[in-house]
Amino acid sequence: MQEILFLIPALPLMGFLILSLAGRHLSKQVIAVVGAGVVCIAAITTIWLGINFLQTPQENGAYTVTLWRWMNVANFSCSFSLRVDALSLVFLFVITFVGALIHIYSAGFMKQDRDYARFFASMNLFVCAMLILVMADNLVLLYLGWEGVGLCSYLLIGFWYETTANVQAANKAFYITRIGDTAMAIGLFLLFRELGTLDIPAIQNAAPEHFTKSSPLITSIALLLLAGGMGKSAQVPLQTWLPDAMAGPSPVSALIHAATMVTAGVYLVARMHAVFQLSPLAMNITATVGAVTLLIAGCSAMVQTDIKRILAYSTISQVGYMFLALGVGAWSAGVFHFFTHAFFKALLFLAAGAVIESLHHEHGIFKMGGLKNKLPIVFYTFLAGAAALAALPLVTAGFFSKDQILWYAWSANGGSPMLWFVALAGAFITAFYTTRLMLVVFWGDVKTHIGEPPGRLMTWPLIILAVLSIVAGFIEWPHNMLHVTLFSDVVQKVLPAVTEKEGVPSESIFQLIAVVVTLLGIYTGYLLYKKNASIVAKWKLVSALVGLRNFFFSGWRFDQFYHTLFVRPFVFVTSLNKQDVIDKIYAGIVSMFQWLNGIFSVSQNGSMRTYVISVLIGIIFILALQFFL
Amino acid sequence: MILVWLIIVLLSGGMLCWITARWRPMAAKWIALCAVLADLAILLNIWLQYGKGVQAGTGTWMIQYQTAWIPSFGISFHVAIDGLSLILLLLTFFLGTLAVLCSWKEIKSRAGFYYFNLLWTLAGISGVFVALDLFLFYFFWEVMLVPMYLLILIWGDKNRRYAAYKFFIFTQAGGLLMLLSILSLYFIHGAQSGSYSYDYFSLLNTQLEPAAAKWIMMGFMIAFVIKLPMVPFHSWLPDAHSEAPTAGSLILAGLLLKTGAYGIIRFVLPLFHQAAVDIAWWAMLFGVIGIIYGALMAFAQTDIKRLIAYTSVSHMGFVLTGIFAFREIAMQGVVMQIVTHGISTGALFVLAGMIKERLHTRDISQMGGLWTSMPAMGGVAMLFTMASLGLPVLGNFIAEFLILMGTFQANVLLTVLASTGLVFSALYSLRMMQKVFLGPVTSGEKLTDITAREMIILATLSIAIILLGLYPQTVMDVVLSKK
Repeated sequence: MQEILFLIPALPLMGFLILSLAGRHLSKQVIAVVGAGVVCIAAITTIWLGINFLQTPQENGAYTVTLWRWMNVANFSCSFSLRVDALSLVFLFVITFVGALIHIYSAGFMKQDRDYARFFASMNLFVCAMLILVMADNLVLLYLGWEGVGLCSYLLIGFWYETTANVQAANKAFYITRIGDTAMAIGLFLLFRELGTLDIPAIQNAAPEHFTKSSPLITSIALLLLAGGMGKSAQVPLQTWLPDAMAGPSPVSALIHAATMVTAGVYLVARMHAVFQLSPLAMNITATVGAVTLLIAGCSAMVQTDIKRILAYSTISQVGYMFLALGVGAWSAGVFHFFTHAFFKALLFLAAGAVIESLHHEHGIFKMGGLKNKLPIVFYTFLAGAAALAALPLVTAGFFSKDQILWYAWSANGGSPMLWFVALAGAFITAFYTTRLMLVVFWGDVKTHIGEPPGRLMTWPLIILAVLSIVAGFIEWPHNMLHVTLFSDVVQKVLPAVTEKEGVPSESIFQLIAVVVTLLGIYTGYLLYKKNASIVAKWKLVSALVGLRNFFFSGWRFDQFYHTLFVRPFVFVTSLNKQDVIDKIYAGIVSMFQWLNGIFSVSQNGSMRTYVISVLIGIIFILALQFFL
Repeated sequence: MILVWLIIVLLSGGMLCWITARWRPMAAKWIALCAVLADLAILLNIWLQYGKGVQAGTGTWMIQYQTAWIPSFGISFHVAIDGLSLILLLLTFFLGTLAVLCSWKEIKSRAGFYYFNLLWTLAGISGVFVALDLFLFYFFWEVMLVPMYLLILIWGDKNRRYAAYKFFIFTQAGGLLMLLSILSLYFIHGAQSGSYSYDYFSLLNTQLEPAAAKWIMMGFMIAFVIKLPMVPFHSWLPDAHSEAPTAGSLILAGLLLKTGAYGIIRFVLPLFHQAAVDIAWWAMLFGVIGIIYGALMAFAQTDIKRLIAYTSVSHMGFVLTGIFAFREIAMQGVVMQIVTHGISTGALFVLAGMIKERLHTRDISQMGGLWTSMPAMGGVAMLFTMASLGLPVLGNFIAEFLILMGTFQANVLLTVLASTGLVFSALYSLRMMQKVFLGPVTSGEKLTDITAREMIILATLSIAIILLGLYPQTVMDVVLSKK
């Protein structure tokens, strides 16, 4: 069984090679069949593999296969080897399955585009890189996938490269994630220096013995790895690239910037849980980063007017929840939220893409409206996604995963009332902005001419994802309601179970509060954007509120801050030294010699008179010396 | 003897080019191509024979040849190759072939003399990589200098005279210091042992006073770091690179710079081990300065060839840092960096040359949106841009990763500083990509995408850089046999 492991990343790679080398000579139909086909086959292979894996558990809990030896120098060796355990399997499933749906959707969405082949080539390469990332057996191979997804993200954000702003957004994404990547690379060097290996299972085994708990060393390793994760997963303070990344086509946003790549950081932290567990400080920082991010991004999402930017900020915020869960030690809850989030956020982005496409590339939500009856399929699927995002109790997947996180934010060992409160505030904010988005886009009057409704290639993926956004949560129920823990049973073969604190009030009270707060958020949205719109109009007259709104709108001014602090000084210094100051030294030496040459050549001017005079002066000088000495 | 033939083929091939071009100007390039291909074939044969076999520790030197040259001064014609030389020779003839191919259309005037210079430069370079007699080494060091000077001076761009002089003076100044050092080593060794010899193995046994060792080593070091180049001795490089014809830039970046690194590994480290250990920290520091300074300079440039030239400064900083970390991992990384930088930067220069042929400018502010009319070239450029910023799968990643991992064990602070090079390399690489291939289309005329000949050049380079990224062990095994 494990021999076919390599097929899963190899299939999309094959698609990439075919499309990038021969894509220009193929018809659009062939391109779509190849591009989407390889991912679909990969998805089927994954499901088959997953069923086998669950039916016949492996001795060491993983399928492994070594393809070839990559490097072997001195005491360092690493191979191209793949490894699939329960954690990787969850990610594999989401990447290939959601990826396949997004590819099918794209076949319809991008059909007018000139660079159809380039689009599918990049998407396939992305899927391949992401699969390598989660299947890697050692951290170097993981880093390969890690950088590979960065590249594809760059290629796809800047897909419509003739607009400068898109290219700049792509560059920004690459630069900022690269900062995180570099920190992660240093983390790898440190890990290697200490343990002499970068194989993931070996690290898991050796770390607890080698490092003393909460030593500065292990904390620095964990924090460096975390920095890498924060870059890719757009956590504060490295989050600013994600909203701009919406410059890419909508399927890209769905696949890369919502469902899979931005959760790479979550995967890394979960994968390296043995390291993180040794450093309570790093765990606390992880949780705090998550909490701060979910709040900051949530506030920004409340006031955005571009439909994709709302979803982008909401993604940052939801990934913040995952980091929070990981940080408090609720490993499985964090991964579970990744699982459900992938469905509903991909759905929301795809549905948003369908809306934008039908409205002739209109992004502003206040220019939309009244789409409820005009685009019924999009409306109902979007509704399912939005309900899951808002965590509507019991009927949506988002509720089950987010409820767990809220509960553990207090009750888990690393949790605290403060973290819980922030997460709760986040739940309110999420419910509010989701309601606002729904009401403004789908209710009210039609403001823009509605073009063609999306075709079947686009609606079917929406419907499947909508169903999953509702039912995916049922595999894991809160402990006090129903004893169904299918998800954590699988994942906890790899990840440690959560340890709870003593003397926490009953879980039901927390659930009740969470439900009330969520409903309150929805009601507030309803009140402000449907029932009584005059409140918002009144607020617009208060300058303090407008200032706050602009502050949130600009993403808490992080961009401006970085611009003045880093970008402008950097550009200034480099352009100042464009001519290379060191070269001036050599130029100085040259001019000195030219100057000396000018002086001495006066003595060689060919005039007999000066020669005679200088001879005479010389004689007089020598004679004078004779006299005076 | 086969090693001597390598050089003779190039030297006589060069003469032949010059002579036949008087009657048949078109023949010169074919002769040149045959000459380098013949050498490449010889080397591939050697590689197949010895590439795997030596590992087991049967001996350090795969092939050796020694004959007296000027016996009265103890000068012999002593050449030999080990794994390191073999890899570098392979690189030399690989890039040499491509250099001939990319001059195919570019060089129209005095083609015979051009190919004469090209082949003689290559001969000098391969001589440097095989010479084991210090006098012979110096001889080849000069042989590669003069024809290169002529290549820039005659076939260069507008400001070629300035660039050629600068290149010559910098290199020559270093070369003379090295000659002084060679002579002092020769006399000290002669006085100690009674037999005066320039031979590498004899000189290895020289006992030197620490102070003397330091000064003599500095003579070698300065010659080598000027070639490398190390900041602040780099300023000849941007001028020489940007003014040289495409093949000239390719050879400069791909091979000439590597002779500096080779010199340090082959001569400085074994001959003056203790003195080298003593300056290790400083050398690493200068390497790191080079990484960062080169990257910052590259970011500011608007001339595409100058930009690439400064990226070389940055990348060669890794080499210097890696060598003086004195860790095996880092050293393997250095060899990988030498090879992969030769290929990736060479490819970027080839691309820049192709762009210049089409647009007649090197100014990136006049470019933009070239992807639209030349998607194939854009794709290749993207590949090598990514190689230059160290993306895994491509060879440069292996090199930089191993270097940094090795130096981390030697010095944490300097390694962390060097790692910022990864961020800076992204800054300048993506800026270049954006200005040239992405963004709004600026040029109205229809540009032709790459031709079949260009396709061969670029495809070979692309395959090479990917294979090096996926199977670096092939190279490392050969070099490992050095031990």
